[in-house]
Amino acid sequence: MDNRKIDWKKYLYTFVITALIFSTAIFLSNYFSQKKLAEIRLIQDTIAIDILSSETQFSLLEELSCKDVTTEILSKELGSLEEKLTYTEKDRGSDDSEIQTLKKYYSLLQIKDYLLMSKISQKCDKTPISIVYFYSNKGDCEDCEKAGYVLTRLRQEYPEVRVYAFDYNLDISALQTLISINKVENNLPALIIGEKVYYGFQSLEDIEDLIPELTELKELKNATSTQATTTKNN
Amino acid sequence: MIEISSAITYVFLFVSLYFEIFLLITYFENRAKIKEESFNLVNNKVKRFPTVTIIIPCWNEEKTVSKTVNSLLNLDYPKDKLSIMIIDDGSTDNTWGIIQKFKNKKQIKVFRKENGGKYTALNFGLSKSTSDLIGCLDADSYVDKDALKNIVHYFEDKKTMSVTPSVKVWKPKNIIQMIQKVEYDWGVFLRKMFSYLGAIYVTPGPFSIFKKEVFEKLGGYKHAYQTEDMELAVRMQTNHYKIVNAHDAIVYTVAPDSINKLYKQRLRWTYGFIKNVMDYKHLFSIKYGNLGIFILPLASISIISGIYIITMAIINLAFRIFDFYTKWSVIGFDINKPDLNFDWFFINTSFMTIISIISLMGIVALLFIARKMAEKRFAFGMDLVYFLTLYAFISPLWMFKAVYNAIFSVKTYWR
Repeated sequence: MDNRKIDWKKYLYTFVITALIFSTAIFLSNYFSQKKLAEIRLIQDTIAIDILSSETQFSLLEELSCKDVTTEILSKELGSLEEKLTYTEKDRGSDDSEIQTLKKYYSLLQIKDYLLMSKISQKCDKTPISIVYFYSNKGDCEDCEKAGYVLTRLRQEYPEVRVYAFDYNLDISALQTLISINKVENNLPALIIGEKVYYGFQSLEDIEDLIPELTELKELKNATSTQATTTKNN
Repeated sequence: MIEISSAITYVFLFVSLYFEIFLLITYFENRAKIKEESFNLVNNKVKRFPTVTIIIPCWNEEKTVSKTVNSLLNLDYPKDKLSIMIIDDGSTDNTWGIIQKFKNKKQIKVFRKENGGKYTALNFGLSKSTSDLIGCLDADSYVDKDALKNIVHYFEDKKTMSVTPSVKVWKPKNIIQMIQKVEYDWGVFLRKMFSYLGAIYVTPGPFSIFKKEVFEKLGGYKHAYQTEDMELAVRMQTNHYKIVNAHDAIVYTVAPDSINKLYKQRLRWTYGFIKNVMDYKHLFSIKYGNLGIFILPLASISIISGIYIITMAIINLAFRIFDFYTKWSVIGFDINKPDLNFDWFFINTSFMTIISIISLMGIVALLFIARKMAEKRFAFGMDLVYFLTLYAFISPLWMFKAVYNAIFSVKTYWR
């Protein structure tokens, strides 16, 4: 065969195989993406059930004493959900409609959790250790990324602290009400600690100073770890 | 902007995957033929030994020229049919002194001329040769003893006008040479595939052999941006001359042993490629078969895509480093709490990642086939690791510069 001759069939077969591989890659990517979204939805459902269960438990116990009502009854999955949602948002982009819907649902769950926690705290006269964080990823908040890192670290250091993160620009009336009740201005990042709003970047040390309970928790932890070391050495 | 950049990346990925599959199909189509050719070389003796002249152009090659000449003297080829011309192209070292020891050998002629560049030395040799076949051997390359016999075999097809050998790296010692070993093995495979496609566009300096009539009809070597071996090949392709590859004809070449030398060599090659392609742009035509519609366009695109992909990778890396720095500046190193919990959720399953992995698997598969063809066995070595991890980062160095030089017409130098 003349080696100059163009074998068009080969070019066509190659194209078909390449297109097939590309389609398979698109299919696989979509499949995993849907699986991830399904996992997020599942966690959200779990949280919804957790909150409903907590509310019910709280209502049942409302007439009774405070000793059985602690923040332990609150859902523990909010942190993990937030991590996965943030990862997916980065992956698919903030404009993705599915992500927007999931974020709205997540924000509502957070508000419900926040209200429940406040109720428990009021009834049982406990100071809630919570931080409400407002951010924007429209590109108008330079320090939001840094604030996010600090709050993630804070959550790791102090699992007792409940951090609620809200996209300030999310179009959802309950969130806008939360913003107006607390008079949070569009000067981000903004943190609500106690009942006060703090604007601008707050370092880990700043936050520790703003929440004295954290220092107590730290001392308690240090004492426990020292005791454990001493016991071990003995 | 991001959409445009993603779209460009997808196109490049599609083209690169297409090329990989095309090569794999070509290989499997011709696998039996490759074996048959090797079998014929061993079992069917050459019927007629044509006269051959090998020209060795030298410029300051005192360290390697003796070994080069001795390798030619050791060729398994009738002595009366093989002439060797050593041409000292105005060396400033002791090359002339060293080649004197060969001047009394019957097969060898030594000449000295004013320095004028490799192509002038080759043309000097061509003007003095009357053999049926003429070839060149760079003075830093050594031939395997069966190389010429195996090449001559392919000239039994009357249409064949030039035969290229398999070029391999001579005893790689450091990482730079080991990377090139994989690259040259890859070249062995690629040249054979291009041979089947009628699309060889370089007749390498080390031991490509030509029929005398190539030079009689097309003229001698040209300066061609110091890549005369490519220019001659594309000139032959323009004239529809058949060039084939003898994969069992082995030639070893001493590869650059430092990044600086490698950079200079590759800059010259890439620059020469770009300029020759521009001079011979008429080859981008269906008239020139697979070379015109696929191989040359793809080789040209690969320079652009190489630059584009590595630029994107560098930008991406810069962003990651910036993010890491931001994180570090606010919370320090998180060395106390490594997160050991594995969650599949955080595995990157984007289309880009999946297709890149498939493409990489294709490259690895082709590299193994190339290794098998070049070394006659599958062997996994550190050279493959170095190649896969480092080559993508060093090759853009000369690609960027070559494109820059070609656009702004900056001359490149041999050394």
